[in-house]
Amino acid sequence: MSGPAAQAPPPAIRAQNIRKAFGPVVANARASLDVTLGTIHAVVGENGAGKSTLMRMLAGIFPPDAGQVEVRGRDVTGWSTRDAIAAGVGMVHQHFMLVPTLTVAENLILGQELTRGIRLDRKAAEQTVESLGAKTGLVVEPTRLVADLSVGEAQRVEILKVLYRGAHILILDEPTAVLSPPEVQDFWRVLRKLKSDGGTVVLITHKLDEVMEISDTVTVMRAGETVGRVSTRDASPASIAKMMVGRDVVLAADRVALGAPGAVAVPPTSDLRPQTSSATALQVRDLVVASSRRDREVDGVSFDVHAGEILGIAGVEGNGQAELIEAIAGLRAASSGSIALGRIQLTSHTVRERADRGLSHIPEDRHRRGLILEYTIADNLILGQQYEFSKRGVLDRRNIDANASTQIKGYDIRPPNATLPARALSGGNQQKIVIAREMARPFSVLLAAQPTRGVDVGAIEFIHAELLRAREAGKAVLLVSADLVEVLALADRVAVMYGGRIVLIVPRAEASAEGLGPYMTGATKGDAA
Amino acid sequence: MKEKLLPTLIALTIAAVIGDILILSFGQSPGAVYRLLLEGTWGNAYGFGQVLYKATTLAFTGLAVSLGLRAGLFNIGAEGQLAFGGFSAAVVGLWLPSGTPALLAVPLCIAGAALGGALVGSVPASLKARFGASEVIVTIMLNFIVLAFLNWIVATKLHVAELLHTPDIHAGAVPRLASVIPGFHGSAANFIVLLAIAAALFVGWYLFRTREGYELRAVGLQPAAAEYGGVRVGIIWFRALVLSGALAGLGGTNYVLGYKQYYEEGFAAGAGYLGIAVALVGRNHPLGVLFAALLFATLSQGGLAVNAVVPKQMVEVLTAVVIIAVAASVPEVQRLLRVSRKPA
Repeated sequence: MSGPAAQAPPPAIRAQNIRKAFGPVVANARASLDVTLGTIHAVVGENGAGKSTLMRMLAGIFPPDAGQVEVRGRDVTGWSTRDAIAAGVGMVHQHFMLVPTLTVAENLILGQELTRGIRLDRKAAEQTVESLGAKTGLVVEPTRLVADLSVGEAQRVEILKVLYRGAHILILDEPTAVLSPPEVQDFWRVLRKLKSDGGTVVLITHKLDEVMEISDTVTVMRAGETVGRVSTRDASPASIAKMMVGRDVVLAADRVALGAPGAVAVPPTSDLRPQTSSATALQVRDLVVASSRRDREVDGVSFDVHAGEILGIAGVEGNGQAELIEAIAGLRAASSGSIALGRIQLTSHTVRERADRGLSHIPEDRHRRGLILEYTIADNLILGQQYEFSKRGVLDRRNIDANASTQIKGYDIRPPNATLPARALSGGNQQKIVIAREMARPFSVLLAAQPTRGVDVGAIEFIHAELLRAREAGKAVLLVSADLVEVLALADRVAVMYGGRIVLIVPRAEASAEGLGPYMTGATKGDAA
Repeated sequence: MKEKLLPTLIALTIAAVIGDILILSFGQSPGAVYRLLLEGTWGNAYGFGQVLYKATTLAFTGLAVSLGLRAGLFNIGAEGQLAFGGFSAAVVGLWLPSGTPALLAVPLCIAGAALGGALVGSVPASLKARFGASEVIVTIMLNFIVLAFLNWIVATKLHVAELLHTPDIHAGAVPRLASVIPGFHGSAANFIVLLAIAAALFVGWYLFRTREGYELRAVGLQPAAAEYGGVRVGIIWFRALVLSGALAGLGGTNYVLGYKQYYEEGFAAGAGYLGIAVALVGRNHPLGVLFAALLFATLSQGGLAVNAVVPKQMVEVLTAVVIIAVAASVPEVQRLLRVSRKPA
């Protein structure tokens, strides 16, 4: 920028003493952020630490109650999203804000349509998507409907949308939560490219290996406050984790989350060895499931999960994992094939009948399925168990409240107020509600779909420990995760799903990130379909 | 609770201000007209009785619509359900021999009204549950069918010569409030008002205290999450629409059992449609619905009271302004408005 040459350019973003409360919930108090132009700046912190809230104020989604926000030296406190976009500040949200019934290209230009006369210039929009994609490596077919995209692809569209609006200060809220390892590597390339072109990136993340790999500077938040800002060079994963939670953290998979990237190939420690029990708890044979897109979204899948075992299904999202889980849970009809829960063949059993026969389910999308966002924490903690928590058709309030206070305490759900709507909680605390509920019911098989998506280190530690605890207790766990590191850290056997088929099932000891990668991208076709 | 009430109160204030402007445009003093309106409604026993009477029917249709909305369903069929409920009550009352003790006859007639409404409600209910047919379209269409059917059957089979109403019922009449409180003399207010209050209490209990209410609200808020929670969405839809129909049908007892003791063509007179506004203004909460029913009944009766100084259509305009103002304060509409709002 022109202007009188200053000794140092003003920071890209400087926020000081920000305070923001939503009703009784204080999301930010004394939060601050200082982002140098042309750097990648990571913002880390536990769930509910106020990271997303702070970012939304920077992006103009709502104004702070107190404090000051400067962008490139200009006081912009309380600006609007439109002002922010005009100043080149763009945010990509953790929860996508796309119109599912429009195409990729239409979503991209929404709000600033390219027109020829009064007609929408579709062709130009589609070309823009392609050229932006080619430039940044964010490739998505412009004519596809957003409803048909996988989560990973939808995110690419979100980022393209912000870039299309000319953003050079990019705020990304947990962008890698939905990406597979190869996609993450591509994504880092995109970010490094942006940075070398003079762009600035603010990145919210929970994954410390990502912080170490990509960021120049780290800001740590805890309980709504900024507790530290360090140069990544001077920090270690352990020191950052300690700042985040205010204590030493032991992750079930800590060598993975805290170690160097290569560490994932290390075989599991002795406590992760498969249990001796071999009773088949869940048996799936030749399962075919249709989706709105394809007749064979799940294309003839067979596998067993044994009691006391975690079967991890890795794979890039959108390869049939979601449909597989829904078919097992009874939320989606199977076209053919069979599912057996222990000795019970599941045919037309309803969701509740399956749950009563020992199926517990942590769903992939907590905002759509896992929670009723307007319901209180207490009411969400009984979703799916409303029959157990009522007497002769009337809700047993006393029991519901007692259950809520036990679960809130046991799972450290914050804020610890059972009457708050689930909507008021951070992603990680919302997920804790789901986990608490699903672990509390009697079950023999646990379906865990993307259980740690969008939650922080502290919560990941907890969720992983819970999954391992279920396994120790002799439960069969079917884990589906786009996070290969997670699958490798927890599973006794690892399967890879690609194109609706299981292309590989191997014991954990024979699996490595390098070995699985080609299967996940379809480069190596398995015979184990 | 306070946060939920505030927008409604602001909306009502805005409506009052627009009412002021309207009144001024007729060259009258707003204060005087409002005073007249209040005196003609809450200011004397007769007026208040009329308000209670009108509010009773509106409470039933408002509860009916709000119960549907809680399940995510828009029941526009309250008009037909109300009429058919009233007709069914009259049929039961005609079928019973005269001299049937009231203790037996009244509950039977009331049950008849509920069943009649439920029967009409079961049509969109089964089409929705079985085929996913839009309840909005089915209920709108069904209103015409039901009203035409009633018109036909009353005109050809059941009417008193020269008139478009059934003969007087033999049993099942509900006494007017005037029989206990003489001050209500001349007003149509009757003991069905207690049934309306009981219905509101029942709906509140059903929605917030029972398992099925928990499931019904879940379906209305997030059908996918309800389904995940083992709720069979189709069954809930069916029950909600049938129960909604039954509530609207009960509204027919106010006119048939409590007021005229016969069924008359066209008695519903839009009370079913106004139930939508009552549900909206009452924020789909049973207590809110009772208050909203009183508000709209006051406006309706007040229109007659101020007719001498301003045209009574002015009050109808005011009713419309209330509906628009409150509808604009409904969260979904607010969210749309917020998009274009600029910070100060």
